[in-house]
Amino acid sequence: MRALLWLRANLFNGVWNSILTLAALYLILRGLWGLADWGVVNAVWSAPDGRACRAASGEAGACWAFIAHWYRFILFGRFPYAEQWRPLLVILLFTGLVLVSCDRRLWRRGRLLIAIWVVGLGVSLVLMLGGILGLSHVSTDLWNGLPLTLFLAVLGLAGAFPLAVFLALGRRSNLPILRALSVGYIELIRGVPLITVLFMASVMLPLFLPGGVNVANALRALAGLMLFYAAYLAEVVRGGLQAIPRGQYEAADALGLSYWQTTRLVVLPQALQIAIPPLVNTFIAAFKDTTLVTIVGLFDLVATASSAITDPQWRGFYWEAYLFIAAIYFVYCFFMSRYSRALEASLQQRRAVR
Amino acid sequence: MPVSWAARLRVLLLQALVLGAVLGLAAYLVNNTLDNLARQGIATGFSYLGRQASFAIGETLISYSAADSYGRALLVGLLNTIEIAVLGCVFASVLGLVIGIARLSSNWLIRNLAAIYIEALRNVPLLLQLFLWWDVLRIAAPGPRQAWEILPGVFVSNRGLVFPVLSWSGGLHWDVPHLAGFNFAGGHTVTPEFAALLVGLVVYTAAFIAEIVRAGIEGVPRGQSEAAAALGLRRWPALRHVILPQARRIILPPLIGEYQALTKNSSLAVAIGFPDLMSVTNTTLNQTGQAIEAIALMMAIYLVLSLAIAGALNWVNARTRLVER
Repeated sequence: MRALLWLRANLFNGVWNSILTLAALYLILRGLWGLADWGVVNAVWSAPDGRACRAASGEAGACWAFIAHWYRFILFGRFPYAEQWRPLLVILLFTGLVLVSCDRRLWRRGRLLIAIWVVGLGVSLVLMLGGILGLSHVSTDLWNGLPLTLFLAVLGLAGAFPLAVFLALGRRSNLPILRALSVGYIELIRGVPLITVLFMASVMLPLFLPGGVNVANALRALAGLMLFYAAYLAEVVRGGLQAIPRGQYEAADALGLSYWQTTRLVVLPQALQIAIPPLVNTFIAAFKDTTLVTIVGLFDLVATASSAITDPQWRGFYWEAYLFIAAIYFVYCFFMSRYSRALEASLQQRRAVR
Repeated sequence: MPVSWAARLRVLLLQALVLGAVLGLAAYLVNNTLDNLARQGIATGFSYLGRQASFAIGETLISYSAADSYGRALLVGLLNTIEIAVLGCVFASVLGLVIGIARLSSNWLIRNLAAIYIEALRNVPLLLQLFLWWDVLRIAAPGPRQAWEILPGVFVSNRGLVFPVLSWSGGLHWDVPHLAGFNFAGGHTVTPEFAALLVGLVVYTAAFIAEIVRAGIEGVPRGQSEAAAALGLRRWPALRHVILPQARRIILPPLIGEYQALTKNSSLAVAIGFPDLMSVTNTTLNQTGQAIEAIALMMAIYLVLSLAIAGALNWVNARTRLVER
């Protein structure tokens, strides 16, 4: 009875809504039917090569054999095959670091959190680069696929953050020259597409440095990402700074704290906490934006997938390849966006209680 | 503000120091750059804009041939960027509005379908979506003879998208595409690159606009819809005449940001080979080696576009602002 009432209230309240419901239901069922047909019923799970796979599915189903054959290349690219447990550990380590950082009990112990990250990054770098502890050396050109994507996102954001805090403080400062420089930088970067900044980094960085100094392609892209992220993070931090009540500054003044003491002990801890939900949203955008390094010739997750589908034996399984990596991006981004929303809700609740 | 002379001096010194550091860094970089350019024998300056481009561009809004100058090629690219941006913003707004309203529907199914659309599209990188659309249009789409007719008179094939247009020849009539030999004649054809870029930008941006629309509608006080109901307005008239006009004031500022984002994202055209500002600049700097001038010019143009969008919509915003007593 309750189920019937629910149905009437939510799906069939009125003629127009009933028609809408039936039409939507029809479309959903047809879509699901087609999807199941393609993805499961007619799908081929193992085949020696692309042609056999096409023949077996009759071109009416997915060729998951493609993924079975190529998933290691898509995830790790040209990293030496026998050593691919190293980037796999790095992926797990990074994912673990992100999950651990979501625990709010750790935020109070900022130093511990930073220490965990520094150790985690250090271990990851050793694992990827090798050269010590009996691990063979692997050049950064071979850091491909998902580990590269994660490194670019994490190091890019970590490197951009200090710069972003200074830019945000500069923009709020009452020293005219500092303010002008900060505003100029932030608005310039925010006004241009990321790909132009990446181009600048990859084409112009070699020109900026003294002759003969050569920077690896991955580092150039990382520098570009840092410069770009800094402007966006700065605006989020500024939002946090603006939310600090005037009384906090006045109280700090009354205690005789200097500008830096006030900033470090009173303002930033509160401002950053307020800014965490929008910061997580910026992280999501930054993570998605790392895909653009494909265009300047880096071999990230998108590049490995789009190169796998050009293999002569397995040409053209783009739906399978792109759905596979889209699922990876989706899992990371969806988790972060859910987390950001839950956090916002609980922070708001706490403020309301107070 | 600091009062004592010592404090004022310190503030001045600090600023001079920062300015000096920034200028010093800039001078160092410029010096290195000039050195490097001199060593590689690359001339500086914008005179390359007048030289013959000698590369062809597939899609142009103004007449252009490989014999024209780099400057004209750049203008062609800029116009293509503007075309994509304008069409993209219009379609994304319409789709975003529809999905945003659907997100608040009283119908459980519709509401959740809209939510799934928003989450799926927002959490997958745009570049990936563009690649997928492009491959669907290039590889999966059939030849013109077996083209998919997605709407009456609108055909999708591996030659692109062709649709009817109004034309004037002795009277206004629809110029409907039809098969002639191995391709379509009549109507208007857009290339797979253009179609993929436009569709990709529209469906991606619409997901963000939908969330803005939803927040805008939810931001209108509840009393407004209750008052509309008390006046006897049904749901749709209430939405059209009472809620949306007020929601517009909340929606417009973040919408400006989405329009700017769409315009900047249109530069991903370079990845799928649509000749926009970014692609033309890329070709130019590969041919001439004048990276600094080409990139600086491109960045300046994007910056101006961004500011122009903000300026135009801020003007609209100011004009439609609620005048309170």
